[in-house]
Amino acid sequence: MSSDLKQELKKKIIEQLNLEDVTAAEIADNDPLFGDGLGLDSIDALELIVMLDKDYGIKLADPKEGRKIFESIDTMAAYISANKA
Amino acid sequence: MENRYYIESFSHVNNGIVSVNGTPVFKTLETDFKSVMKLAYKQLIVDYPKFFKMDNLSKLGLLAANVLLREESEKNIAMVFSNRASSLDTDRGYQDSIKDATQYYPSPAVFVYTLANICMGEISIKHKIHSENCFFVMDEFSPETLSSYAAELMDENKAKKVLCGWVDVDNEKYDAFLYVVAKKGTFVHSDAEINRLYKTTHEQ
Repeated sequence: MSSDLKQELKKKIIEQLNLEDVTAAEIADNDPLFGDGLGLDSIDALELIVMLDKDYGIKLADPKEGRKIFESIDTMAAYISANKA
Repeated sequence: MENRYYIESFSHVNNGIVSVNGTPVFKTLETDFKSVMKLAYKQLIVDYPKFFKMDNLSKLGLLAANVLLREESEKNIAMVFSNRASSLDTDRGYQDSIKDATQYYPSPAVFVYTLANICMGEISIKHKIHSENCFFVMDEFSPETLSSYAAELMDENKAKKVLCGWVDVDNEKYDAFLYVVAKKGTFVHSDAEINRLYKTTHEQ
């Protein structure tokens, strides 16, 4: 799995979710994105679903799938690599 | 209007200045809204990163409210806000995201702010206050509308205090004036006094 993709995801998440004062270097590949990790919320999860569609051509039919996919940068990158249009 | 209540404190946010009871607590020479909010946040709010996810109207309202409520222990505080542009500043941004049918990616994070009263919800969450709230959209600041509504809420024991005022953002123009109505305070809760306090920074 490309480390470029992981780096790209970190930058996109920071920019699109307005994570002020967070840098890509501070996000570990296996950090939890929700809860105690980056502290993302349910609206952020919807934004990530839109991002998958807009930037990678991946449509999630069931938003509940996001729970597993958005666990960390590692899981997001793996899902995108396997499903990218 | 009979003067049964008082104004405990008031705040203004405009022209790069945040003031409390007429005294500046933050100043910057920056002119663009984003920079002003970011700098003011770092000095006056701190440690509330959700601030940066909010729309401009909520940022402005939260900043103006925070300087009045940060040491407030009363939680039964109603809110009666008003402005001219409603949520138009945010509505335009949302419209931009959906106007091209071939690039139709509506943003959930922007959509949730396409109502003016979300601003009061954000203040309620930050300060853990819960009570009545109402947001009037009007051509210009109208003390009469706010004062009668606030007095009614106090008369009927719907709230112990009422946070009132004007929070308006449209295309980089921003102006906030909030005040706390209470049973005790420094200024009489009258239309003339509210108007005088509103104009405190507008005539400088």
